[in-house]
Parts: sequence; structure tokens; C-alpha cells
Amino acid sequence: MSSTLRPGPDLDLVQQLRARVRQMESGGLREPMPMHPALRGLVRMHPGSSYRTDSTSLAVALLAGPSAQGTWTAVVGVDDLGLEAAAELGLDLSRTLLVPDPGSHWAEVTAALLDVTGVLLLRPPARVDAHTASRIAARLRKRSAALVVQGDWPQCEAQVGLVRQQWQGLGQGHGHLRARQVEIAVRHGSGPPVHGTVTLPGTEPPRILGARQIRLLREVG
Amino acid sequence: MRRVLAVWCPDWPVLSAMAEAQVPPHRPAAVLDAHQVHACNDTARGDGVRRGMRRRDAQSRCPELVLLPANPEREARDFEPVLARLEELSPGIAALRPGLAALHSPARYYGGEREAAAVLAEQLVALGIWDCRFGIADDLFTAEQAARAADQQDSTVVPAGGSAAYLAPLDIRVLDEPETTDLLRRLGIRTLGDLAGLPATDVLGRFGADGARLHQLARGGDTDRLPTRQPPPELVCEVTFEPALTSVESVTFSVRRTAERFVHQIGARHLVCTRVLVEAESEGRITSSRSWAHAQWFRAGDLIDRVHWQLSSQGDQRSRSASVGPVTCVRFTPETVEADVVHADGLWGNADASQVERGVARVQALLGFESVVQPLLQGGRSPQARQVHVPWGERPLGLRPRDLPWPGSIPPPAPARVLPEPWPATVLDAGHRPVAVTPRGLLTGSPARFRPHQQQGWLEVSAWAGPWPVEETWWEPDARKISRFQMVGVDGRAWLLACSDDRWWTEASYD
Repeated sequence: MSSTLRPGPDLDLVQQLRARVRQMESGGLREPMPMHPALRGLVRMHPGSSYRTDSTSLAVALLAGPSAQGTWTAVVGVDDLGLEAAAELGLDLSRTLLVPDPGSHWAEVTAALLDVTGVLLLRPPARVDAHTASRIAARLRKRSAALVVQGDWPQCEAQVGLVRQQWQGLGQGHGHLRARQVEIAVRHGSGPPVHGTVTLPGTEPPRILGARQIRLLREVG
Repeated sequence: MRRVLAVWCPDWPVLSAMAEAQVPPHRPAAVLDAHQVHACNDTARGDGVRRGMRRRDAQSRCPELVLLPANPEREARDFEPVLARLEELSPGIAALRPGLAALHSPARYYGGEREAAAVLAEQLVALGIWDCRFGIADDLFTAEQAARAADQQDSTVVPAGGSAAYLAPLDIRVLDEPETTDLLRRLGIRTLGDLAGLPATDVLGRFGADGARLHQLARGGDTDRLPTRQPPPELVCEVTFEPALTSVESVTFSVRRTAERFVHQIGARHLVCTRVLVEAESEGRITSSRSWAHAQWFRAGDLIDRVHWQLSSQGDQRSRSASVGPVTCVRFTPETVEADVVHADGLWGNADASQVERGVARVQALLGFESVVQPLLQGGRSPQARQVHVPWGERPLGLRPRDLPWPGSIPPPAPARVLPEPWPATVLDAGHRPVAVTPRGLLTGSPARFRPHQQQGWLEVSAWAGPWPVEETWWEPDARKISRFQMVGVDGRAWLLACSDDRWWTEASYD
């Protein structure tokens, strides 16, 4: 039987498997989450991290990417979410839990829902202290879930801001809102922000802007 | 061969409709179906109103005729107490149609067929049904004809083997098959006896299976078995407490066995309960009653949760150890049951969904049942009306269809923020005068600046559109005429504003 053992290839296989195990142990968790087409290339969301945004549409767009892939999502503390707009952006409402008014229990509710959902949108009703934020961050890492915060949050991986927007389709007393050109600034940590323009609602990939284009846009707008 | 006893309550549709409309019994009344008289009472019949008559003809014969709508469901519902009373005396009742039931004659127990009919008549009169008639014969068809021939509260007995002789002189139209009987009458066959006299093979050859069946009926050889029903099972479960309990915890703890029994006995019939009525009593008085629907079906744990939520919502909201008034009895009544195959798990189970259910249950335990909602879309004109929040675990009922046109609704894209309570807003024209909408739907001026919220600063209008007029419930006296506008400020943000009676609101924001 020993004649059939070929040491060379088997050793290779072991090496390959070891490499995969190492990869899964270290970076497997950091596999980026699927993104909405309009934000692809501009924002990367990783499980276990939190993200800040100031616009409801952008927050929903961040949720829509994983939601379209079958992930459960939850929305906590947002009592004015436009459900129709959320559905237009690709959020699967049948796999969305809504807690419009968690009151003072928002942290417990967030922690409980992070156990069962992949992405959670939170609008904290009060100032968030660092202790609560770090407890929720620990829960995020443990459950490999992502948190999108609309409002203040002490520590986050990236800030997704809406710099300017221009609506199309509306005149002086005629027409109706059709779409808007949105300039988004994404700041990862303390690095310089990445700018991009995108049409919302839409599925066109964003156009990443260089420094010169941004300066030109500033002068025009 | 067991003899059949038919119970006939004449003009049942009319009686049922008159009871609902509270028409005095002496008034002539008729039930209409598709503008034709479907049934009428004796008084109306005395004035010449007949079944199948057109509404106009019936009214011309009897101008004071009370016309009532037909409602087969109500008729069947009203007949249910009659069936239940008959079932108490003899099992195996066949409910043939509202107003007509049949059972195997319980003659031997009551010492005779007439005596049995008299006992049943006594019971129905006690129920308030004065006009009931009984017929006893070898087969169902003959028994029904005999009941029709009987007097009020009396019975007609057709002797054993005498069905054919009894039926022979009857008009062929009693068969109630107008197409076939019309043809037979034109062929000169006017009584059941004439039909029975024909050779069976010829009738089968000329009229097919239907004709052969009528022929068999006419010969008194109705061999159909009585479609007897099982008495409906008693599925209501209740638990009584002696002495009365006063804390929610002790009540929820004590109903566990009852909830398990409730689910088990429904499950034993291969059913699941999807809607349940939970009632709590105190000293014989119902103090709390609520109907709960479940997105799937109720398990024992779900029922206990519902009892907890229902009782604690009565007491102090959001306090952990709620106390309620004394509870002496908790009752579960199934309102909707469905076959369990409809709700069976998939082959690999629903692990994902059940995990989510557990997470939701933790939040519900913290904040109450209505805190976690399921977002749903429906039809409507305003963004607010087009969405609805349904408590998690409840089945959405009465959603408006989305595929209707909904004139006056704002074209997509939809606003990202829909304010639960609209903000009061202000809109001014270039001359700093408030903008209003005239009754003809025109603007008094072109909007120049606006303030979406009283606490916010003024914004110059860079673009606007509208009005989208909506006249909601214009048939009501307090109807409101609402005009909606889209406005974009110089900062690029877009808002949805509404104007009604010179007042402005911010309804939504395209954030």
C-alpha cells in the first residue's frame, strides 16, 4: 500500500489547507459585506465594525446591500423611516425588524437584536458614552454584525457623509422630483476623505473624484 | 332500513332576515336575490307574492312588502342553534340547508314516530321557532315532501314501504330541477307517479344520469345516506383560580398547563390555531378580552406570552412587576384554526426564522408586545398612508391594495423620512405674504421662502412643484381638501409639504 503514497502532492495539499485555515482564523471575519451598487467601490463594510452617516437614504443604502443577499436587518430608534423609499433602495422589508421607540432601553434592544441580525441601523436617542459604545462594539465583533449609526458615535470605522445634492426634474411650479446627484464623502479613520458622485435612486456605480475635480466642483457649486 | 325524520322550518331565509332587520312578524316580507323573490313569508304569499317573481311584480301585488337582502351565511348561522338543540336529543343530524335538517328517526326511544316528532317540536318551540314541520318516511326525499305537507308543529308519517304511493300524486315540479321538469311536463309527465311509471332504462337513455336520479327519487327509492355531521368539538379551554390571583406573574405561571392542553387538543385534530381570544374574568365579570393573531400559529409559550402582555398592559405600563385586579378565570377560545399541513416546517426546519423569533421575544419582553413592528407597504395617497407598522407576530389585516391608481399620490421616488407627526410649516411668497391654495386649486402666490419647522431658519425656495390635490372622504361633512407640494431649498434638500385651509405642514423629507 505504501507504494501508492506520493509524499509530494500530499504535502502541498497540507500546506494549502494550512494556509486557508490561517486565512480563516485571521482575516476570514474581515470578508467585506456585499454593498449596494451605488456605493460599491466607495464604501467597504466589514462585519464587526460600526459606520456613521448623516443621511437616512445613505443609511438605508448601507443596509440594502447585505439585505439583498438575505441578511436580516433591524432598525432601532428611527420612527420616521420612509418604508417605500427603503424598499426602492433595495431593503428587503420582509426581513427587517423595526423598533421605532426603544426609549431608554435602546442599548439593550440593540444588543439583543445584534444577536439575530447581520446589519443594524441605530439612531441613538441620547448621548452615547464610551462605555456603552465599547460594549456594543464587543457584541458586534462577537456576532460578526455591522452597525450603521445615524447620529453621534464615539468610535467608528468610517463616516459616510452627504456633502451636496442636486435634485433633478423639479422646476418652478412644474415637474416632480425624479433623481438626485449626490456627492458622498467617505472618511476611513483619520485619513483624507474619498469623494464620489452617484445618482440616487439608481444602480449606477459611483464616480470617484480626484482632488482637482473636487476643487472644480467647489468653484462651480 | 332506518327511517328518516325531516325537520322543516318554512321560509327560513325570511325569518332570519326579519329577525335581523327587526321587522314585526305580521308584516309581509320577502328576501330578494338578484332582483327576484328568493323567499317570502305567509302574509306576503297571501297577497300573491310568489318565489321567483321579479321585484317590481312583487311590489305591485303587495305595495307594503318589506324587501330584505339575502345572506346565506347569516341564514346558516341562525340555523346553527336549531341544529345544536336537535343534536342534544339525537346525534347524527344532517344539515341539508338553512331551514331543513334530517335525522334518523329516534322513534323507538320516544315510543313512536309521531311522539318523537312531537318532542322535537316542543324543543324548537322552546327555542322560539313556532313554525316547524316534520315528515317521517323511508327515504330523505319522501320525508322532506311529507314535512312540507304537514301542519305547523305537526308531522306527516308515511308508512314503511309506502313512499312510492305517497309521492305518486305530487306535482313533478317538487323535484326542483326546472330544466328537466319543464321538459317532462311538455312531454305530458305531470306527476311523480307518471315519472315513476316509466321504465328505468328508458329514462336513463333519454335523460342521462340526472334523469335516472330523479326517476329513482320519484319511485321513493332515494338511497342517499344522510350526510350526518359530527357535533363541533369543544375546543375552549379555561382555568379557574381559587382564591383569585392578583399578580401577572402568578397568572402566567398558572396558565401553563391550560395553554399546553389547549394547543395539544387542537393539535390532536391535526389543526393549529392562528387566532385566539384570550379572556380574563374576575368574579364572573370579563375584565380583559383581546383577540390575538399569530403570523404562524400559537404554541403554548406564545399563548403564555399573550396572557402576560394582555394583563400587564392593563396594569402599569412598562413596569416589570405589574399587578392587576383579581383574576379568577382565564379562557382561551380559538377563533381561527387551520390545517397543520399549511404551517408545517420545511424539511430542513426554519432555523433562521426561529432564531429571529427568539431575538424579537427578548425585545418584546423588555418593551412590550407592540414595540417590535413589521414594516409593510400598502396603497394610499400620502407617504404616511402608504406604509403601516404591524406588531411583530400579528397577521396584517385590512391592508389597502397597492396596485390601484390612487389619484393624487406623489410619483416616485418616495421620501426617505416620513414624519409620524407632521411639523407645522410656513411658506411665504416674494412679497412676504403667506401662500394659500384657493378653493379652485390655484396658488395665491409663487412660493419664495419656506420654513419646514418652526424652530428652523428660513430657506429660499430653489425649485418647487404642485399642487397634488387630494380630496379625502369628500362625502363626509368634515372633509379636508389637501394639496401637496414638493419643495427644494437652496441647500439642495427636498421636502414634501401639505397645505389645507391656509395651513402648511411638513409631511416628509427626501433626506
